Amino acid sequence: MTALLEIRGLAKRYDIRLGAFGEKQAVVRALDDFTADIIEGETLSLVGESGCGKSTTGFAILNLQRPSAGSVRYKGQDIAGLDEDAMRPLRRDLQIVFQDPYSTLNPRMTIGEALAEPIRFHGLAPKAEIPARVTRLLEDVGMTPRFANRYPHELSGGQRQRVAIARALACQPRFIVCDEAISALDVSVQAQILNLLLDLQQKYGLTYLFIAHDLAVVRHISDRVGVMYLGRLAELAPSSALFAEPLHPYTRALLSAVPEPNPRAPRNRQRLVGEVPSPLNPPTGCRFHPRCPLARDICKTSVPDWREVGPSHHVACHAVTGPGRTNWEGPA
Amino acid sequence: MTLLEIKGLTIDIARDSGPARVVDGIDLSVTEGESLGIVGESGCGKSLTMMSLVGLLPNRIRATGGKALFGGRDLLKLSAKELRKVRGSEIGFIFQDPMTSLNPVIRVGDQIAEALVYQKGMTKAAAKAQAVELLALVGIPAPEERANAWPHELSGGMRQRVMIAMGLAGNPKMLIADEPTTALDVTIQAQIVDLVRELKDRLKMSVVWITHDLALIAGLADRIAVLYAGTVVEDAPVEAIFDRPTHPYTRALLGSLPTLAGAAMERLPSIPGTPPEPGRRPPGCPFAPRCGFVQPSCSQSVPKLQAMPGDRRHKVACPVVLEGVA
Repeated sequence: MTALLEIRGLAKRYDIRLGAFGEKQAVVRALDDFTADIIEGETLSLVGESGCGKSTTGFAILNLQRPSAGSVRYKGQDIAGLDEDAMRPLRRDLQIVFQDPYSTLNPRMTIGEALAEPIRFHGLAPKAEIPARVTRLLEDVGMTPRFANRYPHELSGGQRQRVAIARALACQPRFIVCDEAISALDVSVQAQILNLLLDLQQKYGLTYLFIAHDLAVVRHISDRVGVMYLGRLAELAPSSALFAEPLHPYTRALLSAVPEPNPRAPRNRQRLVGEVPSPLNPPTGCRFHPRCPLARDICKTSVPDWREVGPSHHVACHAVTGPGRTNWEGPA
Repeated sequence: MTLLEIKGLTIDIARDSGPARVVDGIDLSVTEGESLGIVGESGCGKSLTMMSLVGLLPNRIRATGGKALFGGRDLLKLSAKELRKVRGSEIGFIFQDPMTSLNPVIRVGDQIAEALVYQKGMTKAAAKAQAVELLALVGIPAPEERANAWPHELSGGMRQRVMIAMGLAGNPKMLIADEPTTALDVTIQAQIVDLVRELKDRLKMSVVWITHDLALIAGLADRIAVLYAGTVVEDAPVEAIFDRPTHPYTRALLGSLPTLAGAAMERLPSIPGTPPEPGRRPPGCPFAPRCGFVQPSCSQSVPKLQAMPGDRRHKVACPVVLEGVA
C-alpha cells in the first residue's frame, strides 16, 4: 500500500466580481483543505452534488487549475502550482477523461490521428511504429482497427468514450481522473465502459480518481469513497464500510435519497430539507449545519476536525464519534 | 376508465435520403388516475411519442400513422387551434430543463398568471392571486415574494417547482413529465418526486413519466412500458416488471443496473452493442442483434405485444420467451 499521490490541504479559490459593473469582489471557495492519499492501484471515488467541488479537486490535483493552497506530492515532488514546462513530462503519467468526449475530440481529426497525437507529442514511439501503436490502443478499448479512419461524428456515444479512454492510455499513464466519464451514457452502455475501465486497471495497474454523482455506480467500482459537500470532504472510507454504515449525516441523507429499483421499497425515507447553499457565502462552522438533523450550537461556530473514527474511516462531524456512536442524538 | 389510447403510432424523420422511422407502431394506454412510466434509452422514441400527441414534435419529424384517442377525439387529427386548447388545460407538461422553458425576462408569478389568463379567461389580478396559490401548492416558501422573482434568481429545484406550477395551472387531466429530475441533484430529485406523487393523488390526475432511470420509476409508476428502438417491448404493472421481467431487453437492462442493495459486483453484466439508429433498424425484432435468446425466426417479422399466459395485464413482444413460458 504505497501512496501514488499525497494530497495535503489542497484548496482552490476563485476571485470573482459581482454587480452590474463588477464593482463588488467576492471569493468562491470551491475547494477547502482537501487531504488524502491516493493509493497505487486503487479506485478512489469522489461523490457529492453539483458544486461540492469534486471536479475542482480533480483539476487541482492534476494542476490543470492551479491550486490556491496545499500540496500534491507525486514521485517525491510537489506538483501543485508547477508551471506548464515543468508539468509537461509529468502529464504523461497523469491523465484525465471527461464526461463529454464529443467536446474533447477534434471533429476534423480521424480517430487514428487523435490517438497518434499524444504519442508523437511525448515522443513515445518512432514514426514508423505509430500506426501499430494506434491499432493496439483501439484493441485495448475493444474497438477494431478500422475505426482509425473514422471521424468522431460517425461514432456512438459509447464508442467516443472508448476513444477518449484510448487517448488517455496512449501515454501509458499511471493515474487517470475519470471526471463523470460515464454519466452521459445510457445504462446498457455505461456497464460496458465501467467493465472496460476495470479491465484496463488490472492490465496496466492503473490508479483511478473516479468523480461521479451516481452512488450506485460508485459502490460497484470503488475501493474507497469520499463524500464532499460544499467544497469540503465530509467522509472518506473504504467503499464497503461507507455503504454499509455511513456515518456523516450528509452521507446518510445522500444515500437515502438514491431511488431503489424496487417498487416495494419504503417511501418514507429521510429527506434533506432545503438546498445546497451558495459557495459564495457558505455557512459558518460546519457547512452542512443548516440542513443537518443533528446540528447543535457548536456546529454553527466551529469547523469540525477531520478524524479517523474506524479503520481508514474518516469523518468531519462534531456529533459522530464512531460507528453507531454519536455525542448526542439530535439538536439541543 | 381509459383516458388516452394510442394505437399503431408511427413517427418518421424527414431526411434528404427519405423518411427514417423512429417510432414504429406503438400501442399504449393510460387510464384515469394512473401513473404510467415510459422507460427507455436515448433515441428509443419515448419523448417523441408523447410530444406527438400535442403537436410539439420538432421540425421535420411527423406522426405518419396510427391514432391517439383522448376524450373521444383523435389528437393526431386536431388542427393547430384545437391542439392549443388541449395543451395546458387538458394535458400539462413538465420538461427536463426549466431554464430553457421559462422566459428569463418575465417574473415567475407573471408567467404562471399568463397561462391562467389565456386558458381560463381570468382577470390579471385573479390570475396573479391564483399563481401565488399554485406556488404555495408546489411547496415554494414565501410564495408571495417568490412570485416576483426572476427565473435566474431561483435554484434548479425551485425552477422545476415553478415549471410544475405552470404545468398544473390549467388543471389538466393528464400531466406528461419528461425527465423532470434528470438535471437535478439526487436530494433535490427526491423532493420533486415526492411532490409530484403527492399532487397526483391530491388532484386526481394521470401522470406519464418519461425516463431512462429504472430505479427512479420503480417508486413512481403503477405501470411501466419499456421502449426499445421505437417499439414497446414490454408493458406490465410495476411489480411484474421488477419481479418477473420477461422481455430479454428488460431483463438485460435490469441486470446491468448498479444498485445500492445486494452484493457489490466487481463486473456489471452489460448488453453488447448499441441500439440501432433511426433508418438503420434491423429487419424483424429490433433487439435481435444484441439479444442472448435470439432465434433465426427473430429477424423475420416485428414481434407484436402479447399477453403472458395467466396474466393479461403483462404484455411482452417476444414470441421466443413467451413460448418458453407457456
